[in-house]
Amino acid sequence: MLYREAGDFKTGYRADGQTFPIRLDRWGYYILLAVAVLVVPFLINDYWANAVFVPFLIYAIAALGLNILTGYAGQVSLGTGGFMAVGAYAVYKLMTAFPDISIVIHILLAGGITAIVGMLFGLPSLRIKGFYLAVATLAAQFFLVWLFNKVPWFYNYSASGQITAPTRTVLGHAVTGPATSAPAKYLICLAFVLVLAWVARNLTRGTSGRKWMAIRDMDIAAEIIGVNPLTAKLSAFAASSFFVGIAGALLFSVYLGAAEVGEAFGINKSFLVLFMIIIGGLGSIFGSFAGAAFMVLLPVLLKNLLVGQLGWPTDLAAHIELMIVGALIVLFLIVEPHGLARLWALTKEKLRLWPFPH
Amino acid sequence: MTKLRFAALVAAGLMAAAPALADLVVPNLSYRTGPYGANGTQYADGFNDYFTLLNERDGGIGGEKIQVPECETAYNTEKGVECYESTKGSGALIYNPLSTGITYQLIPKVSVDKIPLYTPGYGRTSAKNGKVFEWVFNAPANYWDGASVAIKYLLDENGGDLNGKKIALVYHNSAFGKEPIRTLQDLSAKHGFTLTEIPVDAPGQEQKSQWLQIRRDKPDYVIMYGWGVMNQAAIQEAANIRFPMENFIGIWWSGSEVDVTPVGAGANGYKALTFHGVGMDYPVYDDLKTHVIDAGKASQDGQHVGSVLYSRGLYAALVISEAIRKAQEIAGTSAINASQLRDGFEQLDITPERLAELGLPDFGPEIKMSCDNHGGSGMARMQQWDAEAGQWNLITEFTEPDQEILNPLILEDSEAYGAEAGITPRDC
Repeated sequence: MLYREAGDFKTGYRADGQTFPIRLDRWGYYILLAVAVLVVPFLINDYWANAVFVPFLIYAIAALGLNILTGYAGQVSLGTGGFMAVGAYAVYKLMTAFPDISIVIHILLAGGITAIVGMLFGLPSLRIKGFYLAVATLAAQFFLVWLFNKVPWFYNYSASGQITAPTRTVLGHAVTGPATSAPAKYLICLAFVLVLAWVARNLTRGTSGRKWMAIRDMDIAAEIIGVNPLTAKLSAFAASSFFVGIAGALLFSVYLGAAEVGEAFGINKSFLVLFMIIIGGLGSIFGSFAGAAFMVLLPVLLKNLLVGQLGWPTDLAAHIELMIVGALIVLFLIVEPHGLARLWALTKEKLRLWPFPH
Repeated sequence: MTKLRFAALVAAGLMAAAPALADLVVPNLSYRTGPYGANGTQYADGFNDYFTLLNERDGGIGGEKIQVPECETAYNTEKGVECYESTKGSGALIYNPLSTGITYQLIPKVSVDKIPLYTPGYGRTSAKNGKVFEWVFNAPANYWDGASVAIKYLLDENGGDLNGKKIALVYHNSAFGKEPIRTLQDLSAKHGFTLTEIPVDAPGQEQKSQWLQIRRDKPDYVIMYGWGVMNQAAIQEAANIRFPMENFIGIWWSGSEVDVTPVGAGANGYKALTFHGVGMDYPVYDDLKTHVIDAGKASQDGQHVGSVLYSRGLYAALVISEAIRKAQEIAGTSAINASQLRDGFEQLDITPERLAELGLPDFGPEIKMSCDNHGGSGMARMQQWDAEAGQWNLITEFTEPDQEILNPLILEDSEAYGAEAGITPRDC
């Protein structure tokens, strides 16, 4: 009754092909954007920024990146943590080597560097598929972490092997370093998310996205109809790594401020991002956001509920939290194997009919 | 609809974080889960119990009760940051995260938020230089002190000469484990021993290849900077290759009961550094028993009372409580804030007499801090594991580290940090 498309006429292909073809969706999207840009920055404090919004936005970028590779192009990757490390160390080296250049350019360059590294490790995908490719990317994960631990040049020869982000500003406001205000942190991440989500959406519904999906669905058939697997696969690796690299750069410079490769970018990170896209929905932009929100927010929510509200001991709460998150993941996958994005689509289907189910 | 409900739940749950408190708040960023949980949980118990003792016996410090809200970090830096952010709004006076990784993360943050950070025996060594690190304290000893005291002990064992000896450093491949490398390299140049660095990736359950290398190289001594499950694995592997245990020395984080007991008799003779006493032969335990353990108020029912890490948590709480007392004295008010506590730390002086008064005679070294020295004397002593009796025995007195080597290194590292972070050193 409320959510409907009746009377929503399209008069051109452009209107028909837009991201949110239903007017109500479009409004919802604009309202969400307005709240995110105009309201949240004025209400946000350190806790909300550091525990909720900034990690959510950064992981959303990483999930978008991995979704391009795994969800759209069908190439399984377990190297996300390693590629995030490349982004983080690239931005660190750039920040300290060229302090006068804007951090925004450094973050984009870090994404570019990660894209090159990702393409390099994507080369085996031309010969191997599925589990074998997963193992090859797993090797990338371990190799990259080892490299950043082993070669002191990457961490500027600091005694502890830690990298620490110096203060850098955008338009006069600090966005990295300890003096960063909560709104600045949030806004820089939000800006990257908005631009990158827009890019991802347009990449995936354009020629390149169609090529990736053709490769995903059946690579031999795709080759026969004229998709070059070399360029399609490598461009998927490059685009995906670009996103993941930016996520890593933001994670280190804006969110953590200091990082140690084995701890911040270990294999756990690869799995975390992979879980995000599986739970959120493979091959879906909305799914990347939903999955990131689920994996980032649920533990925080449970912790505050169990320890803050119910006053449970912290160790018990931590264990229960792991069990609840694990059980919910299994439950979600049984109830809806295609993730939260599919659940959301089904909800919308039902809403269209509501309150008259037939 | 489900999404709306979920969002509402999220909001409701999150808004409830960290209730406002009126007393002195000392958050305990602990970890009782994960590969470091076995060690972290004992430390957290000691930390909690000492403050419970003060609350129960003395009614707090200077009449102010102490609240110790706990937050689980799982030794994970991201969770540590979340814990810091969620507790700092409650008027937190000081942080003691028991993790070098989290410490590195918090050093810039506490300097901006103006909350002291106390990292006894861990964290960033060069934070000893109070001119640069205004808000960080790491007395009574730091990693480089530990490395130096260990080498001093070996010098004594070898009649003052380590020329031509081979020493291997087995370390946790993280900021924590890498800390002593530079000191040991300088010491090896000074004393003429060769140093082999052998990293172990976290968490370190699997160390076959590392110990194979040790078996091949046959070093005279092995020094270990390990934590959590890595310690047990290393001591087990050392026992497996029949490495002489008395030539195997751990840093203080590798010298607790949980590290040696799984290896059984094979661990007999293993040595470790410590910067405080062990065991329950101290008068403070009588009070603890009356007011905390028998009253059923002990953290986790007092199952770890008296262990090495419990003692260390207790000692950290003791130093913090003494600093609070000092701060109250200086500020002339019992309800101090975080920056007043910092002043208390800078003028802290825990004499041996004061320690005896507190019921822990000869427990730790004298701690005397100043504006430029945030690290105390750096003295540490050696303890050895007696597997049959199941206890640690102190085998040396408190020993001074080699300040001639350490001071230039601390100055260099802290100044490099100051330059990178844009800090002008204070005048002291």
